[in-house]
Parts: sequence; C-alpha cells; structure tokens
Amino acid sequence: MSERQNPGLMRRLKGFMLKRMHSMITCREFEEFIMDYLDGSLPGAQLRKFEWHLRICRECREYLAAYKRTIKIGQAVLGPAHESVPDNVPEDLIRAVLDSRGG
Amino acid sequence: MPPDQAQSDEVVTSDACQQVTAEQLVRENAGWMLVLAERMLNDAALAEDVVQEALINALNGLHRFEKRSTLKTWLHRITVNAALSKLRKRKRLAEQSIEELLPEFDQYDCRIERPWTHLASVHDLVENDEIRAHVAEGIRALPDSYRIVLQLRDIEGYDTGETAELLETSESNVKVRLHRARAALKKILEPVLRGEEHL
Repeated sequence: MSERQNPGLMRRLKGFMLKRMHSMITCREFEEFIMDYLDGSLPGAQLRKFEWHLRICRECREYLAAYKRTIKIGQAVLGPAHESVPDNVPEDLIRAVLDSRGG
Repeated sequence: MPPDQAQSDEVVTSDACQQVTAEQLVRENAGWMLVLAERMLNDAALAEDVVQEALINALNGLHRFEKRSTLKTWLHRITVNAALSKLRKRKRLAEQSIEELLPEFDQYDCRIERPWTHLASVHDLVENDEIRAHVAEGIRALPDSYRIVLQLRDIEGYDTGETAELLETSESNVKVRLHRARAALKKILEPVLRGEEHL
C-alpha cells in the first residue's frame, strides 16, 4: 500500500516504527538534534541515529536541506556588517561625535 | 583652530600598521556600525543614536583597547552592546511566540512537510535584487529576541558562547532561539526557496 493510497496508515506505521525500533529516532527527536548535528557536537550514538533517520525519512531529509539553504541565503544576502558598503554617513552624526571630544 | 579640530587631528590609537586620528576612526567606521545597529534595532533613527553613543564611548575608552583584537572587532562589540542595551531598555528582548512558524508534527511525532520538488540554489537567489530584498525583509520580520540571535550567530559570526555572553543568557538558550529563528526564517522564505514565488 502506498502513502498516496492511505497516508494516515502509512504515517502511523512510520511513527510506530521510528518510536519502537532500536537505533531509531522520531522526527520530533531529529528536530532536537539538528543544532548539535550542524555544530558537529552530536555524540556518536546520537549521530548514528540521526544519520540513519536522515536516510529513511524523506520529510526530514528535505527539511534539513531547506533549513541549511536558509542559513546560507541569509549569510549571502546580508553578510557581516563590517564588510558592508554603507550609504553616506550623516555628517551631523560625525560632527556630533567629534564635537563631543572638543567639549 | 577650534578645539574639536585639534581633537580630530590628534592620533588616538594605532591599528596594525598605521596611526589613526579620531576623525579617521569615526569616518572609517561609522558607516558599517550604522548598518550593524540598524539591522539589530530595525530603526534608522535609533541606530544613529546608538552609533553616536558607541563612537563617543570608544573614543573616550581607547586606553582600554588592548590590541589583542583589531580595532574593528573592538568597535563591533561596543556597537552590539550599545544596541542590546537600547533593546533591553525598551524591553524588546523578551521572548515572543513564533509557534506558527515552527515545524509541525502529527500525533505520531512524524514531520509534516510538503514534498520539495525544487530547492533554489543560493546563487540563483542572490542574483535577483528583489529576492535579496525579500530575504532581508524576512529576517527583519522575525521577532527581536530571535532575529538578534540569528544575526549575531549566523551573520556576524559570533560563536554560541560569545552570543550567550553578549545576551547575558545561557548557551542552551542561545541554541534554542537560534534553531527556532532559522526554522521560522525557512518557513517565511519557503515560497522563494521552492521557486513558487517569482519576484
């Protein structure tokens, strides 16, 4: 039976399998491990479960790819402020700072 | 010569290989400091106040600049602290709910995620000015308490420990907020990432 034919049953089976089978984690647990996985700080046993889940769960695999793309696009669009090429700085701001030293 | 002119010309510190006058320090750094403050505060007028205050504090406290970091790194942290102080005074760092933007799970703890038939490349997205503006707007739309963590960690490059120190909170709190901020931003940008929204 395909997911298309009976999505409710398939999700129930998937949930049951992920919850009950050894070395498996649920999608909710996968979510909690994402930060440590990306930081490279996920301990060995959890890392194996995480990577196994990634192989068998299409939703989490696609979710993680989009999540990582989101980080990259944010970095590509903004970039660190000190590397930005700003518009002209208001002259009155500069004068106010320099005048504060004179007073 | 007016007193402020004399002060402007005075060599106030030296960076890697050159001496820096007060006026040079202000002119060379005020621009990016304004960008940083405006991103953190979402308010151009407030950002000017913060940068003015940060630069005055920096010039008055140059004797505390220990040259273990670059002048830019030192000014960066002063600006971030000044902006955070302003946000704290206005009580804008309190945790806000973004439940509707977080991932969804069914009663079996399975993820609810529409299939991704297309995931746009970073290259394709950043080439389009309207999409760039849309992404910047998406980040601006995040509540302050999440946006600030995302900006400090993912954009400005502070690590988790430094971000926690700046925000006067725990590293685990920074991790939770950062994860939620990224997940929320993914949701906001989804139409663009899926190639469904052509700007």
